[in-house]
Amino acid sequence: MILLYFAWVRQKIGKSEESLTPPVTDVASLIAHLKSLGPNYAEAFADLNRIRVAINQRHAGLDAPVGPDDEVAFFPPVTGG
Amino acid sequence: MQTRIHVQHEDFDLNAEVANLTTDGEAGAVASFTGHVRKEGDLSTLTLEHYPHMTEAEITRIVSEAGTRWPLTGVTVIHRVGSLKPGDRIVLVAVASQHRHAAFQACEYLMDYLKTHAPFWKEEARSGTRHWVEHRHSDDDAAKRWNSK
Repeated sequence: MILLYFAWVRQKIGKSEESLTPPVTDVASLIAHLKSLGPNYAEAFADLNRIRVAINQRHAGLDAPVGPDDEVAFFPPVTGG
Repeated sequence: MQTRIHVQHEDFDLNAEVANLTTDGEAGAVASFTGHVRKEGDLSTLTLEHYPHMTEAEITRIVSEAGTRWPLTGVTVIHRVGSLKPGDRIVLVAVASQHRHAAFQACEYLMDYLKTHAPFWKEEARSGTRHWVEHRHSDDDAAKRWNSK
């Protein structure tokens, strides 16, 4: 699984990209797994109201299924335009 | 529908982009919106980050949806990334149609969805400190109103 982080999620975690194969099947359990990896992850995912997710470059919900071949991105609500 | 979507560091030329949408003579109306970096207090730099590939894919989806809602002959979306200064252009949405109503409406629709769905993030630099711009709930409300139409 490719994980991508943007904006302050990237800054809090301290990296923009990593490859992991966690034993999870949905976004919520992926986040729970990531939070267990260290305080930087725990801080980034402390308030899930401020986290958005995309799977394979499409917006998705926190309950969406994920698998080992997916590209999963975490970021704050978008502020373009 | 002629579609041009660009995410770029460089500035853009509104007149040239509008001219591109009208060369085939089909469009009787072009509506365009240009967003600029607003000078607010001591803002020195606005830096735009995005999610390469998803940005273009998401804008393409938004433009396609607009094309199903209104009879458009062309759409151009240009969004800049990188470091910008107050007054700089950030975004262009230009919509061509046979008649003005569709062009006006689709232009507004595209901006509302770009604001809420395209994966861009703004970081402000002010007097030596940097912070990420917070998402506005009023932008969500603006996008949601199209669901009931």
